[in-house]
Amino acid sequence: MNWKFAITGVATLCLFVGAGTVLSPASVAQDAKTDAKTLKPAASFQSIASERERSVALFQEAGKVIQHPRCVNCHPATDRPLQGANMRPHQPPVFRGDGGMGLPGMQCTTCHSAENTPVVGQADTIKSIPGNPAWHLAPIEMAWVGKSLGQICQQIKDPARNGGKTMDQIVEHMAHDELVGWGWNPGAGREPVPGTQAEFGELISAWVKSGAACPAS
Amino acid sequence: MVTFTLNGQERTFDGDPDTPLLWVIRDFEKLTGTKYGCGVAQCGACTVHLDGMPRRSCVTPIATIEGSDVVTIEGVSGKEADAIKTAWAGLDVPQCGYCQSGQVMSAVALLQMVPKPTDADIDGAMTGNICRCATYHRIRAAIHNAANSMEG
Repeated sequence: MNWKFAITGVATLCLFVGAGTVLSPASVAQDAKTDAKTLKPAASFQSIASERERSVALFQEAGKVIQHPRCVNCHPATDRPLQGANMRPHQPPVFRGDGGMGLPGMQCTTCHSAENTPVVGQADTIKSIPGNPAWHLAPIEMAWVGKSLGQICQQIKDPARNGGKTMDQIVEHMAHDELVGWGWNPGAGREPVPGTQAEFGELISAWVKSGAACPAS
Repeated sequence: MVTFTLNGQERTFDGDPDTPLLWVIRDFEKLTGTKYGCGVAQCGACTVHLDGMPRRSCVTPIATIEGSDVVTIEGVSGKEADAIKTAWAGLDVPQCGYCQSGQVMSAVALLQMVPKPTDADIDGAMTGNICRCATYHRIRAAIHNAANSMEG
C-alpha cells in the first residue's frame, strides 16, 4: 500500500469534511436566514471606533426593520398602500383619504379591526386580516417606497418630512409607537420584522446618540 | 356573552367569541339577506353597518362588537336608504343579485357621508364591492339618481 497516498487522502477528506462543517452553502444560507430575522444588539456596535461609521452601521442594522415590507407597505409613494411580502398594490384598491384612513365609505376600518383577525376555511396563503387600533397610512411626505436606506435616513431626520418630530421623539416613536409595534406582531401568515421593538428602539437610540449619521445610499 | 343591537333590537350571542358576525347574522339570527362571498373582505357581499359605518361582517369576530349597533339589509332605513331603494328599482340594477345587498349597504353609507357624490367619490366608496355580473354602470347611475332625488 502506498501509505503516503493514503495519509494524504485521509487528510484531504478531513479538509473537505471540515470545510463542509464550517462553510457549506447550507450553513451560510442558514446564517443569512437567521441574520435576516434577528437584530444585532446596539452594544455590539461599540467595537466600531469611528463614531460616524458606528452611527451608519447602527442605522443599517435598523434598516432591516425599516425596509421590511411590513413597514414599507404603509409608507407608499402613491395614495394606494401595498400588501404582502411581494409588496403588490392593496386589494381591494383602497386609497389614502383624510388622515391616511381611507376614503368616505371605504375606510381602513371597513375591513381592518383593532387586532389581527384570523380567517377560517381559506387557502393557506390567507390566514388573517391584519389589524391595529391605529391602522392608517403614513403621510405622503413619509413615503419610503422606491427610496434607498440613505434617503429614508435623511427623511427621518427632516422635521418637514417626519411629522415635525425631534430626534428624541423619533426614538420614542420607533421604540414605543403601537402601530410601529404591529410589525413584530403582524398576525398569522405574515413574517414579522426582525428582532424585537425594544432592540429596534435601542438601535435607533444609539444611532441618534452617535450623531444620527446616514448611509451614503 | 356578547350583547349588541341588530336592526334596532337588543340581541345576545353566547357562542364562540371568534364567530364572525356574518355567521351570527345568517345562521343564528336567520337574516339571510347579507351574503357570504369570499370570507376575507375582498368582495363586499357581507357588508353591514356597524355603528353607522360600512363593515365587512365576514372578518368581524362577534366578540369585537360588544355594545355596538348592527344594521343589515333587512333593517336599513332613512332617507338615503329610501332613495337608494327607489333608484335601484328604477334602473333595475341587479342582474343575478348576489352582491346587491352589499352594494346597497355601501351605497347608503356613501350617501350618508357624501350626499352628492362625484364619480370619484362613488369609485372610492364602492371599489370594495365586486359584482360578477358587472352591473357597475347601473350602480353608479342609481347612486347619482338617488343623490339627485334627495336634493328636492
